[in-house]
Amino acid sequence: MSITLSIIYLIATVTFVIGLKMLGHPETAKKGNFISAVGMILAIIGTIFLNDIQVPTIIYALIGIALFIGTIIGWLIAVKVEMTKMPELVSLFNGFGGASATLIGLVEYGNSAEDMVQTSTVIAAIIIGSITFTGSLIAFGKLNGSIKDVRLPKYNLINNIMFLGLIAFATYIVVIGGSAILIYSLLFASLIYGILFVIPIGGADMPVVISLLNSLTGIAAAITGILYGNMVMLVGGILVGSAGLILTFVMCDAMNRSLKNVIFGAFGGDAIAEAGTGGKTGGNIKKTTASDSAILLNYASKVVIVPGYGLAVAQAQHVIHELETLLTKKGVDVSYAIHPVAGRMPGHMNVLLAESNVDYDKLIEMDDINPQFSNTDVVLVVGANDVVNPAAHNDPTSPIYGMPILDVENAKQVIVNKRSMNAGYAGIQNELFFNTKTSMLFGDAKSALTELVGELKNM
Amino acid sequence: MNELIEFISKNLELTYILILAVFIGVELIKNVPSVLHTPLMSGANALSGVVIVGALLVMLNADPENYLALGLGFIAVVLGIINVVGGFVVTDRMLQMFKKKK
Repeated sequence: MSITLSIIYLIATVTFVIGLKMLGHPETAKKGNFISAVGMILAIIGTIFLNDIQVPTIIYALIGIALFIGTIIGWLIAVKVEMTKMPELVSLFNGFGGASATLIGLVEYGNSAEDMVQTSTVIAAIIIGSITFTGSLIAFGKLNGSIKDVRLPKYNLINNIMFLGLIAFATYIVVIGGSAILIYSLLFASLIYGILFVIPIGGADMPVVISLLNSLTGIAAAITGILYGNMVMLVGGILVGSAGLILTFVMCDAMNRSLKNVIFGAFGGDAIAEAGTGGKTGGNIKKTTASDSAILLNYASKVVIVPGYGLAVAQAQHVIHELETLLTKKGVDVSYAIHPVAGRMPGHMNVLLAESNVDYDKLIEMDDINPQFSNTDVVLVVGANDVVNPAAHNDPTSPIYGMPILDVENAKQVIVNKRSMNAGYAGIQNELFFNTKTSMLFGDAKSALTELVGELKNM
Repeated sequence: MNELIEFISKNLELTYILILAVFIGVELIKNVPSVLHTPLMSGANALSGVVIVGALLVMLNADPENYLALGLGFIAVVLGIINVVGGFVVTDRMLQMFKKKK
């Protein structure tokens, strides 16, 4: 390897560390992303032009075509997709990274000598890469709603046996030696395992899973880095691997779930059965109209808006901002209560609201807003459900018991906008809706809020 | 087991780098506000696209007659670069939303 290339790899590695560091602060995040991107481009260009391999022109041409096609596809998807679809997109891209690692492993298996370390890195790249690939595709499908939760009977047992089987199979190939057929069966088994691993996990836990799979892609990249003795791949991969893993734990923390619980617990599955038996969820609900809600909001002095995924789905983030400005003009103190997992991913709701120009200072995090609910006149819940479910506090049998929630039931009045009485993502009924303080404003978030804004304008 | 010890003793520097990189990754992420988790995950995802370097090496090292290696390498490069470009662009778009209003 030429000394220039080594230095370029070194620079790229440093940009990754700096970029990741800067991504952790709101002011520097954008610059951090840019710096890492420059480092990545340097590493790619350096690898192509500064290697000391004799490369025929035709291969250069092929590489050029591949880079061109991939860049166009990646760019188009990234620019066109709506902000609400962000989480599944990250998952999709991540799956591609995993697939790439698998393919590298497949090719290098043919090249690798009898060296045991070489073989085991190749095998590890194939296994981890393909689990990430199919796992991410399933996560993608779940988030966009095209794949439902599927739980085979005894799926935990099946998955664990399959996992142990994979390890045994891999060890066999490394120690005894493999053949093309064995490698392709291993590939196939890993692909299946990726599907089985993610498919029983509830949709609400997908962010955690994506973060975990992201971490795995990093590890796969690092393993291929060992294979080539390539420092930028090794360090970059490990950075992503450990950062992704920590992020996974941080997200689990925010939802008060352990990683073990996410992977092996059937969130929502048993809960649906329990939903009907919850004693406090019976009783009458109180329906309200846009004009009644408008009056309530108009004469309140402090209003807190709780946005949820329903708001994002209905593309109502602009209307909610209009409502907020209108109320503020009328002298009402308006703020947003952001649950850590509002939306489909931690921070997702902040991104969506920021997109519609909501002032950053008005977005208040859970721990800061919770004490304020007792002196709040009206809470307007838009398309959120599980994050305001008091069962998390007072029903130990509830699957979300122990999850930190927004204590909206402490406010004087609660208006809940929902499309119907259907249960939320966790599949459980919400006793908040039956509270005497609560009035339900049924309808699609966008049309309901537009109507509300119209009523307010006439006052 | 012997192989592992042999590998470590042969690649002592590599082992050091590996372990230190793990700690850097952990330290970098530990105290990030939850607001930034989504962009951060997306940014980390773009970085994991560094696997593209390996895909490029596969193609560069491939014998022009070895169509299987070339073909697989080609797909690996396409998928890797989608991960890189898509990852960085999406992260940038997300962060665009956070910029301070004038």
